[in-house]
Amino acid sequence: MTDYELSKRSYVLGGVAVTIIAIFVIRLFYLQVISDEYKKYADSNAFLKRSEFPARGVIKDRNNKLMVYNQMTYDLMVVMNDINPSMDTISFCRSLGITKDDFIARMDYIKDRGRNPSYSRFTQQMFYQQLNEKEYCLLEEKMFRYPGFYIQKRAIRQYSTPYAAHVLGEVAQVSAADIEEDNYYQSGDYIGKMGVERSYEKQLRGQKGVHVLLRDARGKIRGAYKGGAMDTPPRAGRDITLGIDAELQERAEQLMKGRRGSIIAIEPSTGEVLCMVSAPSYDPRILTTRKRGEYMKQLQKDKTRPLLNRAIMGQYPPGSTFKPSQALTFMQERILNTSTSYPCAGGFRYKRLKIGCHAHPSPLNLYNAIATSCNGYFCWGLYYMLNNRSRYSSLHEAMSTWRDYMVSMGFGYKLGIDMPGEKRGLIPNAEFYDQAYAGRWNALTILSIAIGQGEVMNTPLQIANQAATIANRGYYIIPHVVKQVEGERLDTTYSERHYTMVDRRYYEHVVRGMRDAVTSGTCRGVKIPGYSVCGKTGTAQNRGGDHSVFMGFAPMHNPRIALVVYVENGGFGADSAVPIAARIFNKYLNHL
Amino acid sequence: MIHSRPSIFHTIDWWIAGIFIAMLIFGWFSICGASYTYGETDIFSLSSRSGMQLLWIGTALLLGLIIMLLDNHLFDALGYILYGAMLVILFLTIFNPKQIHGSRSWLVLGPVQVQPAEFAKFTTALAIAKFMNSYDFNYNRLRHWAMAFAIVLTPMFLIICQKETGSALVYLAFFLMFYREGMSGAILFSSIAFILYFVIGLKYQDTLIWHSTTSAGTFFVLSLIIILSVIFDYVHSENLSESPLFRQPPLRMLAASLAITLLAILFSAFVIPFNVSIVMTILLILIIIYYCFRGLKEDNKKYLLIAAFALGSAGFFASVNYVMNDVMAPYQRARINVLLGVEEDINGIGYNVHQSEIAIGSGGVLGKGFLNGTQTKLKYVPEQDTDFIFCTIGEEEGFLGCIVVLGLFLALILRLIYVSEQQATRFGRVYGYCVVGIFTFHLLINVGMVLGLTPVIGIPLPFFSYGGSSLWGFTILLFIFLRLDAERKRAIQL
Repeated sequence: MTDYELSKRSYVLGGVAVTIIAIFVIRLFYLQVISDEYKKYADSNAFLKRSEFPARGVIKDRNNKLMVYNQMTYDLMVVMNDINPSMDTISFCRSLGITKDDFIARMDYIKDRGRNPSYSRFTQQMFYQQLNEKEYCLLEEKMFRYPGFYIQKRAIRQYSTPYAAHVLGEVAQVSAADIEEDNYYQSGDYIGKMGVERSYEKQLRGQKGVHVLLRDARGKIRGAYKGGAMDTPPRAGRDITLGIDAELQERAEQLMKGRRGSIIAIEPSTGEVLCMVSAPSYDPRILTTRKRGEYMKQLQKDKTRPLLNRAIMGQYPPGSTFKPSQALTFMQERILNTSTSYPCAGGFRYKRLKIGCHAHPSPLNLYNAIATSCNGYFCWGLYYMLNNRSRYSSLHEAMSTWRDYMVSMGFGYKLGIDMPGEKRGLIPNAEFYDQAYAGRWNALTILSIAIGQGEVMNTPLQIANQAATIANRGYYIIPHVVKQVEGERLDTTYSERHYTMVDRRYYEHVVRGMRDAVTSGTCRGVKIPGYSVCGKTGTAQNRGGDHSVFMGFAPMHNPRIALVVYVENGGFGADSAVPIAARIFNKYLNHL
Repeated sequence: MIHSRPSIFHTIDWWIAGIFIAMLIFGWFSICGASYTYGETDIFSLSSRSGMQLLWIGTALLLGLIIMLLDNHLFDALGYILYGAMLVILFLTIFNPKQIHGSRSWLVLGPVQVQPAEFAKFTTALAIAKFMNSYDFNYNRLRHWAMAFAIVLTPMFLIICQKETGSALVYLAFFLMFYREGMSGAILFSSIAFILYFVIGLKYQDTLIWHSTTSAGTFFVLSLIIILSVIFDYVHSENLSESPLFRQPPLRMLAASLAITLLAILFSAFVIPFNVSIVMTILLILIIIYYCFRGLKEDNKKYLLIAAFALGSAGFFASVNYVMNDVMAPYQRARINVLLGVEEDINGIGYNVHQSEIAIGSGGVLGKGFLNGTQTKLKYVPEQDTDFIFCTIGEEEGFLGCIVVLGLFLALILRLIYVSEQQATRFGRVYGYCVVGIFTFHLLINVGMVLGLTPVIGIPLPFFSYGGSSLWGFTILLFIFLRLDAERKRAIQL
């Protein structure tokens, strides 16, 4: 190509430049002249929607004793733009009780957009959280000397006792995940994190209001938009009454001091939880202080896991407390009746399987088997059930039937208590064993589930629910900690009766056996004056030391309280759990 | 005998110098608007961005003056030395332990931070001008072209290694100069086409068209390949003017293809939804076969070239899809997608573009007035005094202000093209077109990004964005050309 021809290419390049500019002008014309959309967006940027927070509902116990309430606290806020550079920082620090280094570090933190992304020179920033009454008084009268600093009132949660931490839960700032899940929340809002505070968050928090404000280019507020016509008022949170008896809770927690495990008491007729203890616990009041983060870290690191609510999250072998459910199933399925006797000389012996038992008369019937907690008896029962080929066509079918009974009694699935984090425990079915034993299993392989060992796992709540079911002679109401929400009817989920697959008449036999256990059997220690207690002990085998369990209810007729005490590594049932149970019954029934 | 040579200030191109000054003034006011925070009333204070920029502007003017006073031959003589020195600096910068904003491209020299990549543009331009000006440079030797490409691509590669992909892409601007100097238009044409395939194909990959299962990205790219192939044919056809427009074979083929495609779309929309791109792929294959057949029959290389272009386009697009979906790790894919604006990263790049469109859109015809922009003042737009400076202009000065700025840039670029064509030496012309290419590229990418048209690539708007390195870099780049041009006119007037 000649130079002349090439020089014509300059027109092509000029054309490219003109084209680019033309496209830009068209786009700008669309953005700035034609479209309204972007002006609207800009307006929404220029509005400031300030939330108005209603008072959070308080939490009371069943006797209307206040358990959680709101307390005013004072935060020291700062607007960087308004600070007087020559202010007397020394005296300021002295009234706050901090050093000058603390002051500088805090200021640096506030100004660092990396750590404090919402920083602006014109808006209030948190300088110091939760001044106590003394600090507040000291500072308040000197505030005029420190322009740029403001004291802001804020409500925090306060607890009237150091007890029931797991049930009540706590309130803390929302996490990014909370905001993602529910767009009601904005960064900096507070939300219930555990316990009732979490599960009844919507009722407790109420509905925050919105105050629409106009903001100018300086970030300064120019008053309400349209005279407040766009504002919505906040709606107060609802108060909550728990089924928990604060005094019983306190007694139960004191009894569990130094131990690991849990106590749950349920009112059988309503399903209301009277007390729920998970030990070790913590004082909920320490988490409302300025040093919350520090304490939280300590609790999270603690090897005894005080933050875990063992009552609904702990999954344990139920041990002998499982036997009543077996007796009921065998009777309903006509495997045995009250006059059936099985031999037990030191345990179950058949072919090469041996399951040990303690010394007691042999052979024995159902009442004695429950009263003395005989292992052999229930092993024979399950053996005959699983191998009954006239009733069930296969081992599979027998196993499935057994499992259905257990599930109907509330085992193997979450009961649905109104608390977050409940676990389901484990009730094995035929498919479970097919997998575990590659299809090669028979009744003998799995027989220990009859005595609450082997693969069976229950939460303490499920055991307590079993006690309530027996007390009710055949039905349960899903256990719940909240008795009433102010101005609302309680969810019918918590008033429906759930009947098990076993008839009422069979329950009477088990009740008699459990009564015998208290009068002449394994839990004589739970006798209390004035009331006929029914009970069943359990010793759940565990490698690190057996767990001590008690399950029972009182009085025998028209029961008022169903109880489970589960003490980790507590030895025999009668050793640790039974004496604790006796004192709980006494406290609740006799006010002793 | 000593001629009194005319002063350098008589022969300087005052058009360009005037536009330069106008841009500096307009730019400084924009930075005042963008960085102004209430409470800091002193816009001249060195602690504010506007005050600092004033310092940079002053030193930049001084730099320009010094360059005008330098000896003309210095630039030719120093071309390779400066280029070599800059390569060493760029190479060393890769191992810079100090990272600023996630890249290693900033060198800290005492109180100042310098970005060597900004200065590498003029050294590269000088070197390539010197190389192409040399006597043994032969336009018909492939080897010489390869060397010219290497001169441009080496600094580009080093800058990519500093994780400054945006600054590196600027070096593609040199290809505009190569085109002017005789590089086949087909290469420029194909590379622009390939970039379009890449951007459009990925950007609209997951959008479906009209009740069918067709990916809009694939649809657009296949349409582009067909249209571009036919245009290729049309542009290079001889004796076309004899027959009426609709009789010409390439256009008839294009019309037929588009009609079939339209039928397929309608069928898919109203009868049975299916993937229209299958039909288009078949059409494309037929077109390729047609050109191969014609090329072999008439023994005409042009048709084979078109067939190769179409086939290469399709192959490129297929391999981009394959690499993106099957070879790359998810995070790499995400990064490219965010870069192209496919994935709306609410807190990241997508947010920036959205906020920048809001700021500009809210400016209206006349703007909100100097220092009155709410969007920029309340810091909704990030990087608003550097890469997103055009936002502030749009919000505060409105449509008219934007037109003025774009008009200044257009005038500068057209004037630079004009003056480059006037150059007596190839050295001056090549250098001039390098300047044209670099300014054009910066304008295209920066303003395009702010307007939401091009991918988000962080490069400054010349003479407007805050920052000493970029202002100095552009000033040196421009003033070397002014110096070369002034010398030419002085020689004429002599």
